This record gives sequence, structure tokens and C-alpha cells, in this order.
Amino acid sequence: MSEDQLYFFYDLFQYLINGICQGSIYALIALGYTMVYGIIKLINFAHGEFYMIGAFTGYFCIRGGIPLYFAFPIAMLVPGIIAVLIEKIAYKPIRHAGRIPALITALGVSFFFQYFGQNVLGADPKAFPEVYEETIYNLGEAVSISSTQIIIIVTTLVLMLFLRWLVMSTKVGKAMRATSFNKDASELMGIDTDKIISFTFFIGASMAGAAGVLVGIYYNTVEPMMGLIPGLKAFIAAVLGGIGIIPGAVLGGLVLGVVENLVVGFWESTYRDAVSFGILILILLVKPTGILGTKTKEKV
Amino acid sequence: MTFKTILSLLFLLPHIAFGAKADAKDIMLGAVFPMTGPIATYGQESVNGMKLALKRINLKGIRGKKVQLIVEDNKGEPVESANAVRKLISVDDVYAILGSVASSNTLAGAPIAQSAKVPMLTPASTNEEVTKMGKYLSRTCFTDAFQGEVMAKFAYNSLNKKHAAIIVDLSSDYSKGLARIFKKRFKAMGGTIIPQDFSYNQKDTDFRTLLRKVKRKKPDIIFLPGYYQEVGLILKQARQIGMVMPFIGGDGWHSDSLLKLAGKKGIKNNYYSSHFSPDDTDPAVQNFVKEYVAAYGSKPGAMAALGYDGLMVMADALKRATSLNREALQKAIASTQNFKGVTGMITLDKMRNARKGAVVLETTEQGNIFKEKISP
Amino acid sequence: MEYLAHLTLNCGIFIILAVSLNLINGMAGQFSLGHAGFWAIGAYTGAAFSVFSPLPIPDWMNLFIGCGIGGISASIAGILIGIPCLRLRGDYLAIATLGFSEIIRLLIVNMDVVGGPRGFTNIPKWANLGWVYLWVVITILFISNLMKGTHGRAIISIREDEIAAESIGINTFKYKLMAFVIGSGFAGVAGALFAYSQQFIHPNGFNFLWSVIILLMIILGGLGSITGAVIGAVILTLLPEVLRLMGETISQWRMVIYSLLLIMLMLWRPQGLFGKKELNLSALLGRKKS
Repeated sequence: MSEDQLYFFYDLFQYLINGICQGSIYALIALGYTMVYGIIKLINFAHGEFYMIGAFTGYFCIRGGIPLYFAFPIAMLVPGIIAVLIEKIAYKPIRHAGRIPALITALGVSFFFQYFGQNVLGADPKAFPEVYEETIYNLGEAVSISSTQIIIIVTTLVLMLFLRWLVMSTKVGKAMRATSFNKDASELMGIDTDKIISFTFFIGASMAGAAGVLVGIYYNTVEPMMGLIPGLKAFIAAVLGGIGIIPGAVLGGLVLGVVENLVVGFWESTYRDAVSFGILILILLVKPTGILGTKTKEKV
Repeated sequence: MTFKTILSLLFLLPHIAFGAKADAKDIMLGAVFPMTGPIATYGQESVNGMKLALKRINLKGIRGKKVQLIVEDNKGEPVESANAVRKLISVDDVYAILGSVASSNTLAGAPIAQSAKVPMLTPASTNEEVTKMGKYLSRTCFTDAFQGEVMAKFAYNSLNKKHAAIIVDLSSDYSKGLARIFKKRFKAMGGTIIPQDFSYNQKDTDFRTLLRKVKRKKPDIIFLPGYYQEVGLILKQARQIGMVMPFIGGDGWHSDSLLKLAGKKGIKNNYYSSHFSPDDTDPAVQNFVKEYVAAYGSKPGAMAALGYDGLMVMADALKRATSLNREALQKAIASTQNFKGVTGMITLDKMRNARKGAVVLETTEQGNIFKEKISP
Repeated sequence: MEYLAHLTLNCGIFIILAVSLNLINGMAGQFSLGHAGFWAIGAYTGAAFSVFSPLPIPDWMNLFIGCGIGGISASIAGILIGIPCLRLRGDYLAIATLGFSEIIRLLIVNMDVVGGPRGFTNIPKWANLGWVYLWVVITILFISNLMKGTHGRAIISIREDEIAAESIGINTFKYKLMAFVIGSGFAGVAGALFAYSQQFIHPNGFNFLWSVIILLMIILGGLGSITGAVIGAVILTLLPEVLRLMGETISQWRMVIYSLLLIMLMLWRPQGLFGKKELNLSALLGRKKS
């Protein structure tokens, strides 16, 4: 193998690592999207803002001297609670009005948090405090992975397995699945669907909050508008994997992260967002149910 | 006519209500700056500088009158800038307008000022196009072309680097302009530039893959003409993946946040060109720094100094103008010669661009260190 | 005086935008979140015509040709985007159109001929109050007449029940596309007029935020009502200036106020100020329960 070919593989490998790392972030946000969509068929446009709230909670906690292992759960809790409140105040009253009014409300909530944040916290990006000394591990001569990257990938895996366990093997999970399958029937079976929906929002938003803190550490910056683009990307990831399916969100996130990094690596960063939106439109046209989805017929 | 009076009364009402005295005898000047939004720090700093200048000007007054400055927020957006300029001209009837910072904002307001024949002086917009909009547009800072040239000279002569890569912020014309000039000058001096285009967009946060591509080409210096938001992250991520060569850039780097964003490892061994250094030993500069610290509690940055100089040049022109009207004022601004400002000796050339030197600063953990002064 | 005239002119441009988006969102029930994209296409093609190859004829003729070019380019984009996207259902369509409008903006940023990130300068001032409001009248007459005819009924039937409409033999895709293309075409015209009155356009002036603001206009006025769209456009164009008068702090909270307005409208008055009134169809179709 010539040196160029060898380096091609080194590069490819490095881009894959970077991509999986970025994809893990998308996956964490996409999990919330997919769960909420699965249960009340709402594209929660404001989901990216829970990620922003999580990041800022982490930022203020760590700056206030709270160690990371406490700050992390707090940063998951706060967006979770806010999400539950938002659900009660804004989404629940219009749950029966159809999808479009719900989407418009979600849009309003999203803008509210972005601009409220901008006015209260300032629009300029804040530097996330350094929480630990980062170490770089070199794999071979030209590929490296940092401790933060490992933490991100491991955290995502752990949280995904936890969710999988929660949904598939607990009573709450069973109730969630039942509500998602048929809300009215589950109510008749004695499930408090309102509670289950709140719980879903809570879990989804805390996943996004976790992603927010990880991103704060990884990229070292937080700002009020940070949720918009990752929110959209996570939506693409959720659709790509099959919206409503938990492993689908993770798969979609990872695929999107890797594709984006390959585009930047072997092509141009300018095309990255265009390619992502292209993927969304392609998947919606070719297989709207996503990679892992099965076909369902719309009821008349 | 009566309608117009009612209208202007309507608009003046809030000013009265909020305590701003609109004395007809005062000289009214307008200012359009981003006081809110993503680049608000630039605007606020500029206005701080201008307020200091205003205080000094009003000690003696001009032509027996006091100067009033009406500050309008453009939120850092072009459309809002155009609206603000329109409002200042038709409602407040100002003699001249100072502003803005981002070139795209200034360019949005420029045609309106030009067609209304109101002098518009930008203290900080470096894009070439700005003063090409018409004779009523002028500036008291240097242009992108000059900055690109300064950094090419600095990289080649002072740092003795011959093989450069350029990473451009594609969503900013400022960045593209600097890159173009740097490339031309650096090559003309005998350096080589890696032909591949490296680029990113504003608001990007993950540069690891991009930097990896750059690293593989083994440049010995990297020209990074961007804004501090992304530059900080790029510096940090570059050092993380083991890129040790110096990064150099333009005045977009200027911010207190740069160190925080880049981290201790990231900040070392980088240089950028700027308009002003508070470490300049010139007594006029030191005097300004002292006054600024007394008023605001922190050292002035480049934007504060530029804002200060902008208003001082305007005041100087108001004094020299043959009579107190906009046309005479425009002529007076355009003929500014050897005005001693805190950002250097300001002389406006034929295109109403200031010709003055730039300073090169080294970024360190302890703050910026004054490296050298490069004259045109 | 010029300031007031300018605001009135802006109102006119936003009326065209709101009425045209209302055709897509309110009449045909196809939820588009990408109106700013078509607006941008119209503005940039119209501006390119005026800067690079204005014809040696009076300005007002050039203005009409420019608006035509803007409108036609935006409609062509509407066809290209509509054909794949309109197969999608409600909320998916919203995200897909949002994606496309962002792609359009990114393309403009990367086009150096039209200024790229610097913005497009030196556009002649061809538009004035009279011409803009002539276009406002054309837009309103065209769309309200369209809605009175067979095509209009077909378009509304899609909104009310797409599957039922299809089952009585209406080619729903054709009519969805028709509404989408006409709507984007008029957005293009508004773009050209915007360029000829502002004299400077910038890609960031057409971002997602503006799609949402135009959407808010028609929701405020009442989805499906042309009168509502007009009123909504006027209110939301003047509101920021009124807030500006009320002082810096309130003006700063503009977007927060807008977003709260959006949420509260959905909660308490989802039909907007006008509902679907003025079409006189409410008796025929029955009011939708909220």
C-alpha cells in the first residue's frame, strides 16, 4: 500500500471516530424527539431548547463550584422539569386540536426559550468551564481519540441501554408502549396516560439535557441559540432511523454524524448542512418510516 | 406640513418621556450600533468609547453648542440598520450618522444616507465596499486589504514562515476579503499557500475533522481570518489534535472571550492584527486608557478606541466645517489630515478611507501582548 | 415622512407575503415553513436583473419585468421543491420546506456574483408606494378570484379532508402543487419589490425567523382568511416600530412577545382574529371545532 492509500485509511478512521462522537450527541437529542413523537405524534420543535437549557444548567452549576458528577444529574433534571411544565401549560390543552396547531405551539415555545435566553443570558457564546484535564490517546501513528470523546460515546451507550431497559422491561415502560399504541384503550385499561405523557417528556428532555452538558465539555461553548441546528439534525436523525423507534434514533444519529464528518473530511464543510437536509428529504420520499420502520397505513 | 409636525411630535414623545432632552439648539448626531444581538459586545464597547468622547467634546462645546448623540440599536441585522438610519434621518433630522460595526450592517444603511446626503462615518467597518457607496460615506479605520497585507508581512518577515494554509469563514465577507489579500501578498513575497480551500461556517462548533485535513498538509503557519466565537474553538481543538504551528488572524479575533474559549493551551503562540493596543506607551493612549478605566472599570478594547476616534474626528470636522450644514460637514470629514487619535494618526485618502498603522498582538494566557506596529 | 412612507411600503410587501403564504397554509392546508426561501429567490433574481441587465426603458417597466422575473423564478423553485415535498403529510412537509429554505439561503451565501455573505448592493430604487400597492391589489384580486372558482373549491376541499377530496375525483396533488406554486410565485414578487425598495438585500434577512414571522401574521389574522392575512401583516409590520417607540427594553423583548403571542393564540384563539371569514364559505363548510 502506498503512503497515500495508508493515510486515506487513517483519515477515514479518524473521521469515523469524530463522526460517531458527534452522532452520539445527535442520538441523545433524537431519543427525546422519537419518544415524544411515538407517544403523542408531536414534532416537539422545542426539543433542541431543552438541550440548550441542559447545557446552561451545567454551565452555571460548574461555574458555581458544583462538581461534574453532581452537575450532570442536575442538568438532566432541570430541563426535564421544565419540559413537564411546558407540556402541562402549552401542549396538553391543544392535544386534541390536531398536529398543526401543536407544531405551531412547539415553534412558539422554541422561539420563546431562544429569545428569552438571549435577553437574559446575552447572545454572545460563553466558554464552558474546564472540568478536567483532557487526555489524548493515540491509536497508531495518525489516529487519536480524546477522553471526552470516550466519555460521550460511553454515556450515550449507557443512557440508551437504560432507556431500552426502561421501555421494554419496566411497568412504566409497558404503560408508555401501551399509550403510544392506543391511547384511548390504555386509558380504559386503567393507565393514567397524562402521567405517562409527562413522564415521557421528562425522560426525553433529560436526555437532551445530558447531551447539552456533554457538548459543553466537548466544544467548550454554550449560547442561547445553540439548540436550533442540533435540534433539527436530531429530528433528521429520528426520521432517518424511524421516528418512534428508540434504537432507530440512535442508529439515525450515528449515521448522520458519520456522514456529516465524511462530507467535511473528503469534501467541503459548506455542504454539510445541505447534505443533512438532503438526507431528510430523500428518506421521506423513499422510505418515510425510516431505516428500522415498518409501514403503517393512515386511517381515514 | 402640519402632518409632519404631528408625526415628529409623536416620535419625540417617548424621548421626552424617557428623559432625553431634545434641545433644538444642540447639534444632533445619530449612531447606529448593535446594542443587542449576537455582536452586541462590539456595539456596546463602541458606544462606551463614543460616550467618553462626547463628554470631552461637550466640555468646550462646538460652535457654542452642545453635541447630542442619539443611539439606535440595529440588533446586528442589516434590515434593522436600514430602518434605524432611515429613522435617524427623517425623524431626528441628524447632521451626521456614526456607524456601524459589521460591514453588512453599514452597507445596508449606506445607500439611504447617501441618497439623503447625510454624512455617515463608520468607525469600525473594514470592508472595501463601504466607502464605494458614495461620497457621503467615510471611515476612520483601515480596510480589510490593509489587514491582509499586514499579516502577510508579519508572517513572512517577522515570524519567518513560508508555507501557509488559509481557513476561511465562508459566511463572512470580511473573512473572504482578508484571505484573498493575504494569499496575494504572501505569494508575492515568495511564500507558498496550500492550494486547497479550507472553510467553515459561522455557528459551527466541531472543527476536528476540518483541522485534521489541514494538519495533513503540514503548513508551518495558518491564517485564520474569522471571528472570535469560532476562532476560539478552532484554536482549542487544533492544539488538542497536536497542531503546534502559530495561527494568525485579523481584528475579528478581538474579544475577552477568546482566551476562555481557546483555553490555556489553545491561546499560546498566536497573533492577530488590531487597531489599537491599550499597552501602547503613547501618552495620549495612556490618558484615554486611564479615563476609560475610571468610567467603566475595565481596559478599553479596539472597538472602544475606534468609537472614541470616530466621534472625535466627527467633532473635529464639525469645528472645521465652513458652515453648519451636511454638505460642508461632509467636505470637512473628507479632508481630515493628520488627526491624532488614540488608534493612530488618521488621514483620509481620496476614497475617504483612513490610512493608518496596525498593531500586531500576541495572544497569551495573561492577555494580549503588543508585538509590533506596522505602518502602511 | 419618508419613514412613515417606508413603513407603509413594508406593510404592502408583507401583505403580499402573508396573502400568498395563506394560500398554501390556510387555503390548501399544506403547512409550509419555508416562505422566506421563495421570498429570497424573488429578491435575488429581481435584484440581479436590475443590477446586471436593466433594459433601456422607463423604470416602472423595468420594475414590472423584474417582479415578473422574481415571481417566475420563485414559482419554478416552487415546482421543483413542491413535487417531492407535497407528497409528505402535514408536519413532515413543514420540516422539509424549512430544510429547503435553509438550503436556498446557504446557496445564496456561497454565490459571489450576488454578493454572498456581504449582501447585494447597488440595487436601483424602482419601487415606490404606488407600484407596491398595485401589486398588493393584483395579488389579493388574483388569489380571491382563484378561490371563488372551481380550482379554489378543489384547493379548499383538500384542506378540509384530503382523502374525501381524492375519493370524489379531485386530483389532490395537482391542486396542492397549484396552490404551492402560485403562493411561492407571489412571494417571489414580494421579494423583487423588497429588493427595489430596500436597495440592499442580505441572505440573513431571509432566514428561518422570517418564515416564522410571516406564519405568525396569517395565524394572527386567521388561517384561511385573506382579510385576516392583510390585517395580520399590517399589525406585525408596525408592531416592532411601535415597540421601538416604547423604548429600548421593550423593543429588545420583541421576539419573546411574538413567541408568547403564538402560544397564546394557539391556546385561546386558534382561529385567529378573523377565522376563515370573508370567504362566505363558513356557512357552507361549517366552522371547525377548535
